[in-house]
Amino acid sequence: MALKQTPSQTVGPYFSYGLTPEQYGYDYKQLADNNLGEADGNGQRITIRGQVFDGNGATVRDAVLELWQADSQGRYAHPEDPRGSNTGFKGFGRTGTGTLPENYYEFHTIKPGAIGDGQAPHITVVLFMRGLLNHAYTRIYFSDEAAANDADPGLALVDAARRNTLIAQRQENPAGIIYQFDIHMQGEQETVFFDA
Amino acid sequence: MSKGFVFSPRDWDSHPPQIHPGYKSTPLRGPTKPLVVLPQTLSELTGPVYGQDAVGPLDHDLTKLAAKGGEPNGERIIVAGLVSDENGRPAPNILLEVWQPNAAGRYIHTDDQHDAPIDPNFMGAGRCVTDADGRYRFITIKPGAYPWGNHYNAWRPNHIHFSLFGPSILTRLVTQMYFPGDPLLELDPIFQGVPAASRHLLVSKLSIELSEAEWALGYEFNIVLRGRAATPMES
Repeated sequence: MALKQTPSQTVGPYFSYGLTPEQYGYDYKQLADNNLGEADGNGQRITIRGQVFDGNGATVRDAVLELWQADSQGRYAHPEDPRGSNTGFKGFGRTGTGTLPENYYEFHTIKPGAIGDGQAPHITVVLFMRGLLNHAYTRIYFSDEAAANDADPGLALVDAARRNTLIAQRQENPAGIIYQFDIHMQGEQETVFFDA
Repeated sequence: MSKGFVFSPRDWDSHPPQIHPGYKSTPLRGPTKPLVVLPQTLSELTGPVYGQDAVGPLDHDLTKLAAKGGEPNGERIIVAGLVSDENGRPAPNILLEVWQPNAAGRYIHTDDQHDAPIDPNFMGAGRCVTDADGRYRFITIKPGAYPWGNHYNAWRPNHIHFSLFGPSILTRLVTQMYFPGDPLLELDPIFQGVPAASRHLLVSKLSIELSEAEWALGYEFNIVLRGRAATPMES
């Protein structure tokens, strides 16, 4: 490699008017929000919600989460996926933890389909916050995909005792389907973070 | 599902550690367990696609974007540079998002209670996209230094926050650009958290070529994203 990678730096505490301005009430159009799902009418509409916890178990109110996911047919809206996404589904969402009670984050999206390469359905999560010098990168898997999860080559790389940190728990209630996915930065329940 | 290429790994000789105790927010927030290395599947080799259509006509000019009938206070500057991968290949059509405090060192963010004035003509957020040659350029005000609570009399050096996507989710980068000759860099635990040999990569260079006479100084800040690694299939 001829050049060195530009080092990562923390997103800091004041990202909101740059990355999530409308969510936080700033007068600037935001690139993406927490609602990914409307463009894919075929998909099962779901909500993913949770909290981010620091090493003391306190909720983090200045984190920003990004989702990257395939559509309901398992296709990515990106040139490297020759199938593309013909639903208009972009697959990207972004939200901060600073506007809902108790520092919850919430995404409204569709459940992604399996890509077709043997992996269980999953969503990539990129996480930034003050005090995080490099973004954290993890995945959301789904609790109602137990058989697919058991066969997933990525989960197989994770210690069995830690796999549950990657599995969003499905709840069905009158408001719809909600998957709970908390992220623990540290501690006994520390979420598995990936590199690739 | 092999795509016939992979990205080279995150270069941990260049990036900061997960926990850098001098920066006091890190000990409770940085992951403590080793990262699990995933193979690069279609989920990693793809990523959000944003190009020129995501950028408004004034998004690259922070001195005009949020102006309310006047000019923002401070020193107008041009910030420009090349976005490339590690192999020196320019990265065209890459979205950059930037945010910064105003000339007085005050962020518009409601959490920032620093006793310095808000500038009614400056918000401090903007976006631009690299051109066909991988170059970007925006116009802004030189950000001020500001105090923060990390330790007694702690001050952040002048800096601009950058966020880039690059061609895949693996090339995602959030970083900060600093200014040459800033004596606060030696004292800043966030900057000092970067391995010494790579710190200079975050410091822009004054560029007379980018400057415009009688109007604004130019600073060059080149950004290097993860690039494709050679794979057996390619060789």
